[in-house]
Amino acid sequence: MKLNFLEEFGRYLILLKTMFAPPENFTMYRKETFRQMHDIGVGSLSIIGLIAFFIGAVTAVQFAYQLEGSFIPSYYIGYIVRDSTIIELAPTISCLVLAGKVGSNIAAEIGGMRQKEQIDALEIMGVNTAAYLVGPKIFAGCVVIPFLVIIAAGISMAGGYLAAVSSGFVTPNDYLLGLRSFFESYYVFMMIVKAIVFGFILTSIACYKGFYVSGGSIELGKASTQAVVLSNIMILIADYTIALLLT
Amino acid sequence: MIRAIDIRKSFGSNEVLKGISAEFYQGKTNLLIGRSGAGKTVMLKLLVGLMKPTEGTVWYGDTDFTALNKHQKKAIRQDIGMLFQGNALFDSLTVEENVRFPLDMFTKMTKKEKLDRVNFCLDRVTLAGNNHKYPGEISGGMQKRVGIARAIVLEPKYLFCDEPNSGLDPKTSIVIDELIREITIDNNITTIINTHDMNSVMEIGDNIALLHLGELAWVGNKSEVMESDNQLLQDFIFASPFLQRLRRQFVDKS
Repeated sequence: MKLNFLEEFGRYLILLKTMFAPPENFTMYRKETFRQMHDIGVGSLSIIGLIAFFIGAVTAVQFAYQLEGSFIPSYYIGYIVRDSTIIELAPTISCLVLAGKVGSNIAAEIGGMRQKEQIDALEIMGVNTAAYLVGPKIFAGCVVIPFLVIIAAGISMAGGYLAAVSSGFVTPNDYLLGLRSFFESYYVFMMIVKAIVFGFILTSIACYKGFYVSGGSIELGKASTQAVVLSNIMILIADYTIALLLT
Repeated sequence: MIRAIDIRKSFGSNEVLKGISAEFYQGKTNLLIGRSGAGKTVMLKLLVGLMKPTEGTVWYGDTDFTALNKHQKKAIRQDIGMLFQGNALFDSLTVEENVRFPLDMFTKMTKKEKLDRVNFCLDRVTLAGNNHKYPGEISGGMQKRVGIARAIVLEPKYLFCDEPNSGLDPKTSIVIDELIREITIDNNITTIINTHDMNSVMEIGDNIALLHLGELAWVGNKSEVMESDNQLLQDFIFASPFLQRLRRQFVDKS
């Protein structure tokens, strides 16, 4: 069944609306939410940490290369790594990666449940499947992803430190001075806003694509891919919109 | 009792069910039979409310199920148990957790009460002691029985079974059929089974409805199958030459 964009968007909104229903059993929903928080948070720490480390390292090395022969003091390396990480790299790159890791996982999990009739089984029991399967995932994403992004920002700055200092571009003291210079706490607020919005986008789109999957394993694979691609596009659009609104 | 009145269902221009009216009785195993593509699964999904009919109504007792809103349907659904063709067990939960799931979600029973109820249901389906196994660790027949245990754990008034014998050997199929029949009689519930298994028809068919190309082709019970001269029924039940010879011998003798 092919749907046009407006029909798809309408169905997405209806799914989100259905999600806001009183839970049949609060304890079960709480358990499911904690399970999702663990899966999204702990399950993504290593990949986010690895990527954040190299992003910080590359940013530091690239900027240090640009500074060579200029009159700009070397402690700016720390300052640039910090601000570029906080404003853009930590939330956006982390969430693009999470859209691939968490988003595809969610779409496959819910889609698999649809194909194995587990969602039908829940509906027959009288469970609000949108609320029970989608709600905890979106809530967990919106809560845990900001923490992942904060951790990513910290690791990125540490990566920048190790790369810049070990390569001799900057002294440890200068790098740390740069990290502390011209600090605007508002940028941290922006980072957290971005993380929450991106977290919502990537989890809700993945849930939507998985929830309405029909057919066999090929369709499930397609839904999973679509979830990742669409989430990435929407994250980039949201990134631009937030940048316009908050700066 | 469940009644379907003039049920029609179309997908685009393809009319899958063409005005089916049927009654399914309490305390009996009601069978929906027919060849693949006859519309059995669609009919079953319409009866449990997973699909909406294009036309027609479904009645649970005196309640028009098709006219209810989502919240009203929820109340009736807690009286429904369903065994799915693929069992629909949650892979990440143990047998005990699977059976306990409806109790966790809908009751305020204590842990002990839940465990007692789960153990009773597992015992009922002869799976006592398998509480901590995962669905992937047990056979297809055992998975079916776990599905039945989960379906009856809330003591439903209505039990739906979609192809309960698919993928099972004939011996296990008979065990599952007998189990469903016993539960139906013991609990005096309305059971509707969607099947194309001839053994089921002849063993547990208290009330049989034959669907053919979306239409109701025959209604009767297992003892009427042999004598019926309905060609569609005979073609379906006695599909192989061997079974046709057996039937001829039976008719000649009687």
